[in-house]
Amino acid sequence: MQTLLRRLGQAPPPFLHTLRYTTGRQHAGVATIGLCYNKHNHVIYCTGDGWRKHDAADKLPRFAIPHGSFRMTRDIVVRIAGEGGEGVISTGELLTKAMARASLHVFAFQSYPAEIKGGPAMFQVRAAPWQLLSHGERADVLVAFNREAWDLHHDVLKPDGMLLHDAADEVPGTNGLFRQAVPLTEIASKQVGSKISKNVVALGAVGRLVGVPFDALESVVRDKWARKGEDVVSKNLQALAAGYRFMEEEAPTLVWAIDARRGGRRIVIRGNQAIALGAIAAGCRYYAGYPITPASDILEWMANVLPRFGGVVLQTEDEMAALASCIGASYAGKKAMTASSGPGISLMTEFIGFAAMAEIPVVIVDAQRGGPSTGMPTKTEQSDLNLAVFGGHGDAPRIVLAPANVEDCFSTTARAFELAEKYQTPVIVLTDQYLAQRAESVPYPDLNSLEQVERALPSAEELQNGYRRYRLTESGVSPMAVPGMPDGLYVAEGLEHDEAGHPNLSPANHAKMTHKRHRKLQLAAAEKGFVRRYGAPAAAIGVLGWGSTLGPICEAVAEAEAAGVPVAALHTNMVYPLPDAEVRPFVESVQTLLVPELNYTGQFAQILRARYRTPIEQLNKVEGLPFSSTEILQKILELADGQECR
Amino acid sequence: MAKSVAEYRGDVKPVWCPGCGDFAVLSAMQKSMAAQELDPANVVVCSGIGCSGRTPAFVKCYGFHGLHGRVLPTATGIKLANPSLTVIAVGGDGDGLAIGGGHFPHACRRNVDITYLLLDNNIYGLTKGQFSPTSQVAESTASTPYGNVEAQLDPVELAMTYGATFVARAFSGNPNHMAQLLTQAIQHKGFAFLHVISPCLTFAFPYDYYAPKVQMLPEDHDPRDRMQAMQAAMRADAIPIGLFYKQEGVPDLTARMQMVQETALKRGPGDLQRILAQFE
Repeated sequence: MQTLLRRLGQAPPPFLHTLRYTTGRQHAGVATIGLCYNKHNHVIYCTGDGWRKHDAADKLPRFAIPHGSFRMTRDIVVRIAGEGGEGVISTGELLTKAMARASLHVFAFQSYPAEIKGGPAMFQVRAAPWQLLSHGERADVLVAFNREAWDLHHDVLKPDGMLLHDAADEVPGTNGLFRQAVPLTEIASKQVGSKISKNVVALGAVGRLVGVPFDALESVVRDKWARKGEDVVSKNLQALAAGYRFMEEEAPTLVWAIDARRGGRRIVIRGNQAIALGAIAAGCRYYAGYPITPASDILEWMANVLPRFGGVVLQTEDEMAALASCIGASYAGKKAMTASSGPGISLMTEFIGFAAMAEIPVVIVDAQRGGPSTGMPTKTEQSDLNLAVFGGHGDAPRIVLAPANVEDCFSTTARAFELAEKYQTPVIVLTDQYLAQRAESVPYPDLNSLEQVERALPSAEELQNGYRRYRLTESGVSPMAVPGMPDGLYVAEGLEHDEAGHPNLSPANHAKMTHKRHRKLQLAAAEKGFVRRYGAPAAAIGVLGWGSTLGPICEAVAEAEAAGVPVAALHTNMVYPLPDAEVRPFVESVQTLLVPELNYTGQFAQILRARYRTPIEQLNKVEGLPFSSTEILQKILELADGQECR
Repeated sequence: MAKSVAEYRGDVKPVWCPGCGDFAVLSAMQKSMAAQELDPANVVVCSGIGCSGRTPAFVKCYGFHGLHGRVLPTATGIKLANPSLTVIAVGGDGDGLAIGGGHFPHACRRNVDITYLLLDNNIYGLTKGQFSPTSQVAESTASTPYGNVEAQLDPVELAMTYGATFVARAFSGNPNHMAQLLTQAIQHKGFAFLHVISPCLTFAFPYDYYAPKVQMLPEDHDPRDRMQAMQAAMRADAIPIGLFYKQEGVPDLTARMQMVQETALKRGPGDLQRILAQFE
């Protein structure tokens, strides 16, 4: 596992052996996983076996180190729950940002009802001093803003977790070892004089509980309300300090001191935001879209930022118009993108075929949600793969990419522009609700190393000697003139056409031009940098994944290896065409190939079967939720057992 | 020296039926382009699908033969990407009012600076004679053997209602008049709609079916008067041709986008590194 993490490019966590494995067993070990103490110096500590109360009369365990100097040795999961409008999401976002500013890696996601107002809202953030791969399963800390939140979420609290609730609510016994009533409403109304600042009181309390330094909390609160003026800032800081103080004086504190800025500067960003910024970094200057969950914040973020770069954002009357105008803009020389979710992509398919036929670069983002039809707008699924790869009529070559995490959302989107321009073909970027709307701490993208790739333009010589837009070339790529260029006149043609772009329906011509358009995909399949490999070099069991399943797959592989089951994983960000040179050797090297996907039919598995004629074990989940690593691990262990029997 | 019409002839020969009204439109386009001495490299003719959709290949300039019904959003994207281009969108009555009917209001209200020619022959010609949104009630067509049961749309009334800032009608029987209107339409800063009565001799009605009803708008027609324009458009006894309505001084979409860009720059510069820092 150390090797695995090194391969991931991260430093191993300081006390790796204290990681808890999700097989149900916990590794007994010397190290302390967590430590609490209260104002009476009652110490409660946790070993690998679970939490123990420590009698005040006893000597302190030798690992009890004063607050602030203890290194965080495990991850922590905080879930905040309440009614929509109570500030659940903003509390979560502020806590996440503060944790990241205090040098922790964070991974946050939210769940909200499809209703417009009210209904239960939930925010979960996982933090650790190393890079996180998933949102974590059960909560160490549950902050319940009201009784209903407790009802809905107390089950997720770990046996050694802590419940933090408003003292105003009657809350029954809890699963967790600790419960702490905090007079959130009372502090907000009496000390701060405004009931609505209850969530900032909670931020102070939970921040102190998990050991986020006050200055980190203070800085995020300042930034959040800076625009509203000093009065609002100081009111909120008062609320923050009151919550923090309450926990300091009254309640036990989990002691997780946080190392200062070990991992370099990081930003906390959601998948959709990273896509928007990745597009801008790659030179996108035209964006058109139609609102749809969970892709709308790409439209909103583009509308906010792209005009500052001289770009244009158009909210269109429907998704067909969105893609139509993007293709028009790209034809006229601008790098263009649209984003939608399944229902909108269904409407766009005719234009995806057009872009393939007329060979016009364009980037299309599909933030997948539960389908079919209107399906589950706020839930996650990977069931648009068939649509992305095969959607539309005719043989319409396109490239399909799928970022695996938020960092990828930036870089993969940038590469989507690169490939679209290079191969003059539509490139679809498949994310999903889980990836689009979650926040992760990621390193600053290196803008200087980002290569801006432009489409091949015809040379002056080519223009003067009877320019042919769709000239047959070995690569299939023909230099593309842009309106305004003298001597480059041509018609972007959706009818089958000859090299000059004139309609031509002859048998020989259709064959030649179809081959030409598909030759480009062979080159695209050889593009490097889309495949990652993890785990044992020679393993009998191989896990092959795509898109946002990377995190749970990696965790499961690490856990399986730790449990003595050699397993390897291959993950591809390019799902079509398949990067054969890297995928085939992996498929052929393993005895059992497992393909976990968040869809019912195994859409990626079907593509692999057709390509490699190999038996595949499928693991499919259709609950609108991401995989947990446990689910994948269990399947791996099951397959390992099966192999031993053979 | 004015350019010659021949300089705007594309290298593909028109494939329309003999006598098709679209020949007159093609000729008017070439005349208008020649009269304005437009540089073919800076003109894009963009079309949907249908008989009229073949137009781009017949004009010497850049062309875009796109999808059925989607000519307006495509042309909008082209214009926004490069405002220095002259963008002419061409489509038929089925393309613009049936499959693409959802785009027409938005192109009008956005006031995107393109010219839209709706070549109306009251029929689906390319698919051999089914009724279209501008076919008459009770008309017998290939798909209405017992008579059309749907009411007829009037493209000029629609454009007026949708807020187009330039609304005109021409008739293929009068190509010179059409060329003049087209020149005005192209020069209009904003969305210019030109409805063209372009007869289909093969599946619909000949020229002399329309000719008795076609008449020039009265000389005293004031195209700045919206009510007057609407009244003229609604006449049942005649098919008036000419400039119904023209509103000047309305910012076009590109100008509005520039205003957005200026406002956005007040919020912060186009500096990705600084924008990323907001997320720290």
